[in-house]
Amino acid sequence: MAHAVDHAPAHDDHGHHEQSFFMKYMWSTDHKMIAMQYMFTGMLMAMLGGFFAYVFRMQNAFPGMAVPGFGLVTPADYNMLVTNHGTIMIFWVAMPVLVAAFGNFLIPLMVGCDDMVFPKLNRLSYQIFLLSAIVLIAGFFVPGGGFGGAWTAYPPLSAVGVYNLTPMGSSFWVLAVALEFVAFLLGGINFITTSMNSRAPGMKLYDIPIVVWTIVIASVLFMCSVGPLIAGAIMLLFDQNIGTGFFNPAMGGDPVLWQHLFWFFGHPEVYVVLLPTLGIVAEIICVFSRKKLFAYQTVLYTMFGTGILSFTVWAHHQFISGIDPRMANVFTITTLLISVPIAEMLFVYIATLYKGSITLSTPMLWALGFIATFLIGGVTGIYLGTAGSDIYFHDTYFVLAHFHYTFFPIAIIGTYAGVTYWYPKMFGRMLDETLGKIHFWLTFIPFNCIFIPLFFLGLWGEHRRIYSYELFDELWKYQGIRQFATVALVVMLAAQAIFIWNFFKSLWSGPIAGPNPYNANTLEWQCPSPPPHGNFAELPTVYRPPYEYSHPDRKEDFWPQNSPV
Amino acid sequence: MTPIATTRSTAGLPTGTLGVWWLLGSEIVIFGGLLCSYIMHRLSHDWWSAEAAHTNVYIGLTNTFVLLTSSLFAVLAHAAAQRGDGKLAARRLWYTIAGGGMFLCIKAAEWTIEISNGMTISSSSFWSFYYTAAGIHASHVIAGMIAMAVVAMDAAKGKFLHRVENAGIYWHFVDLVWIFLFPLLYIAK
Repeated sequence: MAHAVDHAPAHDDHGHHEQSFFMKYMWSTDHKMIAMQYMFTGMLMAMLGGFFAYVFRMQNAFPGMAVPGFGLVTPADYNMLVTNHGTIMIFWVAMPVLVAAFGNFLIPLMVGCDDMVFPKLNRLSYQIFLLSAIVLIAGFFVPGGGFGGAWTAYPPLSAVGVYNLTPMGSSFWVLAVALEFVAFLLGGINFITTSMNSRAPGMKLYDIPIVVWTIVIASVLFMCSVGPLIAGAIMLLFDQNIGTGFFNPAMGGDPVLWQHLFWFFGHPEVYVVLLPTLGIVAEIICVFSRKKLFAYQTVLYTMFGTGILSFTVWAHHQFISGIDPRMANVFTITTLLISVPIAEMLFVYIATLYKGSITLSTPMLWALGFIATFLIGGVTGIYLGTAGSDIYFHDTYFVLAHFHYTFFPIAIIGTYAGVTYWYPKMFGRMLDETLGKIHFWLTFIPFNCIFIPLFFLGLWGEHRRIYSYELFDELWKYQGIRQFATVALVVMLAAQAIFIWNFFKSLWSGPIAGPNPYNANTLEWQCPSPPPHGNFAELPTVYRPPYEYSHPDRKEDFWPQNSPV
Repeated sequence: MTPIATTRSTAGLPTGTLGVWWLLGSEIVIFGGLLCSYIMHRLSHDWWSAEAAHTNVYIGLTNTFVLLTSSLFAVLAHAAAQRGDGKLAARRLWYTIAGGGMFLCIKAAEWTIEISNGMTISSSSFWSFYYTAAGIHASHVIAGMIAMAVVAMDAAKGKFLHRVENAGIYWHFVDLVWIFLFPLLYIAK
């Protein structure tokens, strides 16, 4: 019934183009502009999170040294830095860039419509997100300093000011996290509704590109898991400020309740950020091996299965929190089960690559780098999901290295894969391939040099969140390894300057991309680069699934979704 | 200017209604987390029944009645909006809002009695849950009243009549949360 409306030219509102700078860049309701806002905010926060990592790794490797650019690191500073490094990288980098920026940019383009269904809600979502970032950063400057009770914020440490010594900072932290959740709930409602209701005529469920599916499933997962933690955040704020007793055993509360609420969200959250990256990698692998995605429907059901299973594994974070050992058995089994669908996804990607005509472009290198490193992250997770071995590994550097081997591929490698792949669409120009490849290798090799040694340090018994190992004789002898990892970190952080240089240089002087530089099928490549307001000159109609590459009946090796013949 | 995306309905539901349902989905898990925490505490503390004995069933029952009646007017407003009678729909929405207001007044009186009897939010974990759960619910009542006031003012001019249904769906949800809170906080002693 809406088709009649669809054929009206989408650039009716081009008359509005005389917008002030403020309306265009700060108060826009256009999904592409909001995506850019999310992406640049996320990247700025990534710089802050990276800087924090640099400072506490320097203290870790060279204790007591005045860190260039920061100065002396006190134990309180150290706690604040590790806490907020984790918080920023997950909530203010991975979420906004992977889910919000790519979701906003890609969903309307890939399902073939002119904008999100609720543009004003979208704008509100970004504004709340920005506010949450400001509240978080403001919390570093209040009396007592920023919150230092670890990013998981276990009470009573996080609930009682006398314990954490940052009574104001911890409240700012909880408030910022809660606001951030609200922002992504609003954004998620928009993503789900848009892809349910506003697909191009002819686009059936199995014609939706995988990356859109992944972002939608991630939004549903986020929505279903975050509620209890929003309630938990309110409880924690009340415990901190008005003396309620939710997490206080003396008043009949229970501190382990927070751990349940936190990890009931925290574990699905891993899949919330993992799924969009899996989607990005799927798009890139299909385009650069010129092959149809292996087993599209199986991938889809696998992702649904992963999503459902992800709600049943959370207590594997709490094996030493005094949960019933019989429950530990249950959660060990579910945790090991969830490695099956994820392993299957990696096999599907390898099967897609098999006998394809592979181009090792920069986005493809990032995508392959994701598969290689995430594999290590996944395999080491088996040891931690098993209650018997986790009791020994809990809170050691083994855990730390494990989740960096999952989160770094997800958040950093996945982001670089997506940004280098869609850069021509976002800005209309091509990135420099040589610089891109240098940047890839100077990120990929140092990353492995940082975290492989940390696996071994963890196996040898090194605990996390320790300010200095000078007083631990049996650990101090490994100081050389810590210094090696820190030097690798500094090299990796310095290499990011290459990306920034490439990004801005190509913005002004890169070769013009044209609408479809990679000969890709999905709808976003069938409109101009960068897409104008309203995206498509005429809104597309879809005739076929998204991955018809190298079709035997066709002369060209690609077959756009909206091409009638 | 509404994007074309908003006017499409591939899933067969109007976009606004679909959005409200997803909003409710996110709200259900917020209250779900809170109520599950409450039930788990309740099961592991015998002395909670002694604390819960201080709540007043009759006031709770009156409030349940008030809220359910207001929901009835929301349904009647939807029926009027479907017939295209914006003025009547608006008037019935105002009745619903009045019901919400009465609910909040009774709630305020009830809390005043309890607080003056020394049962405050920091008395014990039962009272922490009692005030927090009912307080979060009350904030949803206020949000629903504001939303309905906006919708009613438009509906009186005959504009956006389809929004009456969406406001009603939200109000029923607020009602439903209370239907869970009432037995948990008042009856299960």
